[in-house]
Amino acid sequence: MSIYLNKDSKVIVQGITGGEGTKHTALMLKAGTNIVGGVNARKAGTTVSHKDKAGADVELPVFESVAEAMEKTGADVSVAFVPPKFAKDAAVEAIEAGIGLLVVITEGIPVQDSAEFFNLSLTKTGADGKPVTRIIGPNCPGIITPGQALAGITPSNITEAGPIGLVSKSGTLTYQMMYELRDIGFSTSIGIGGDPVIGTTHIDALEAFENDPETKAIVMIGEIGGDAEERAAEYIKAHVTKPVVGYVAGFTAPEGKTMGHAGAIVSGGSGTAEGKKEALEAAGVKVGKTPSETADLLREIFKG
Amino acid sequence: MDLYEYQARDLFEAHGVPVLAGIVAQTPEEAKAAAEKIGGTVVVKAQVKVGGRGKAGGVKLAKSADEAQQHAADILGMDIKGHTVHRVMIAQGADIADEYYFSILLDRANRNYLAMCSKEGGVEIEQLAEERPEALARVGIDPNTGIDAAKAKEIAEQAGFPAEQHEQLANAFVQLWTVFSKEDATLVEVNPLVKTGDGQIIALDGKVTIDENAGFRQPAHAELVDEQTEDPLEAKAKENDLNYVKLDGQVGIIGNGAGLVMSTLDVVAYAGEAHGGVKPANFLDIGGGASAEVMANGLDVILGDDQVKSVFVNVFGGITSCDAVANGIVKALEILGDSATKPLVVRLDGNNVEEGRRILEAANHPLVTTADTMDAGADKAAELAHSAQTEK
Repeated sequence: MSIYLNKDSKVIVQGITGGEGTKHTALMLKAGTNIVGGVNARKAGTTVSHKDKAGADVELPVFESVAEAMEKTGADVSVAFVPPKFAKDAAVEAIEAGIGLLVVITEGIPVQDSAEFFNLSLTKTGADGKPVTRIIGPNCPGIITPGQALAGITPSNITEAGPIGLVSKSGTLTYQMMYELRDIGFSTSIGIGGDPVIGTTHIDALEAFENDPETKAIVMIGEIGGDAEERAAEYIKAHVTKPVVGYVAGFTAPEGKTMGHAGAIVSGGSGTAEGKKEALEAAGVKVGKTPSETADLLREIFKG
Repeated sequence: MDLYEYQARDLFEAHGVPVLAGIVAQTPEEAKAAAEKIGGTVVVKAQVKVGGRGKAGGVKLAKSADEAQQHAADILGMDIKGHTVHRVMIAQGADIADEYYFSILLDRANRNYLAMCSKEGGVEIEQLAEERPEALARVGIDPNTGIDAAKAKEIAEQAGFPAEQHEQLANAFVQLWTVFSKEDATLVEVNPLVKTGDGQIIALDGKVTIDENAGFRQPAHAELVDEQTEDPLEAKAKENDLNYVKLDGQVGIIGNGAGLVMSTLDVVAYAGEAHGGVKPANFLDIGGGASAEVMANGLDVILGDDQVKSVFVNVFGGITSCDAVANGIVKALEILGDSATKPLVVRLDGNNVEEGRRILEAANHPLVTTADTMDAGADKAAELAHSAQTEK
């Protein structure tokens, strides 16, 4: 089991013919992902050549639109590698087409664009009253279910399948944590992104991991800025029965300076790492001071 | 990026928000000329990106142009909470009958926008929100529909304004929404929004934060960057497209990925506790690529910081393989030649790490030490910085 993504997911790539799209389509195929095609209106009707996990040649069709790709292939996941300028249009197209999962990797999207396409997704609901499209990102490494599928840019050779669920705002810090715990392995690792407006939140991922029978423990990585970690702490206290270990980056960040991620800024004394750590600890989450200490805390859980 | 009050005022004016005359000045003489141009009573206002300037003596009323010049001479160069005043705005005096509050901001938690409005303006809004939350109306705004006339009236009504004021206020709110939306802002705040003696609604003081990600469609925003107060190292880094923030410390940091770099700063700060309290000197994210050129540019910026005594390079090879990063470091040191003088601790992990470490060992550069883990690397870099400091 896993959350959001598995071996049966049929994945398309928006921007499959671009530089990043080409590179990561190859890596996603290598990770075992069932990629069924891609989208680029200007190259519709052509194909792109790749190799699958076993090394066999595959020709992936390029479609005019997400809607066409879904109709022809039954795709239910799209990964968008589209420059910031065009990212909103790409996301709107995928949402309008009713894709189940949209992973937006693009960094540097204007936040008003993200707010617009996220709120559009809320208005397109299915029979259950919930939005049809789950968005992960933007500005994220995406999601990996080791041994099954990768929708994003996370290196698939760090670790194997295992009982840990991981949710994080950051890319390389996620890789670092997966590397520290590579001997145990992961059910699903999801990078939700460091922008001020993101689709899937820590809370969404925590809920999904709580409901996933294969996930036995959860690592939650946060960073300065906003109050997502504080809200996640409240959620954990009320709803999560599985052990959660936390890590927060940015204790040394000064107020008013943005640390790389557009969302990572301490403003007016709020959004500090210390505040987030305290909130998580008050919810019973063990919080490590460093990535290695965090990994040790998690390891203790499995030692019993 | 936060804007100065005078920049916010200019944006307001450009989008039809009613404002009073205001002219920015960098010298007392310019202030005098501005006061003469505006005429009558003016207010000399320090331009700093921090609150509480009034209490600090940064806002003064002047009844004549000579008095404006005198006040400007006093205020220019003043230090307000660590911010040096480089400019003042000479603003037309206002006949204030009433003060209100209005803002539109990005609401991260709800992933939409929030309009806030109160009949009680001119006060610390955080304080008002805490002590008397009922006096502050909060109305969620759908990013796809924004603030139209009906939504604007709803805001005025919720804030408790009498019906006869709704239309006039709603006009101002819609215009301020235009500023928010057309300028790719994440915050537009007017405090106070005033009613004058003759019944006009005027935005008297404004605060605007713009989204730098929108730069590609907001070419005019490049001119709003304040080079005067930008740190020279930060400016140099920006020229090379590096994501760099200068801090007050001795251990230079280079890493890939914002989260990992933030984490590296923390780990170095903890390690520094055992080594004379040395601290991280900067945040520098070289991104996923980590090519030789980017590495050289990054090292160049960090070595330009006199405070730096050692450098910790912490890279996790994800997509990029560690051998490429190692080659990048070796070539970067070649490019820098004699200008590289400070010890480097390099920790590589992840994709093709063995080859990466082998390349560094083979190069055997006298300044480079390798570390197997992030913790060990941070400790070594802190130790080297501390010993370099004590040798002095």
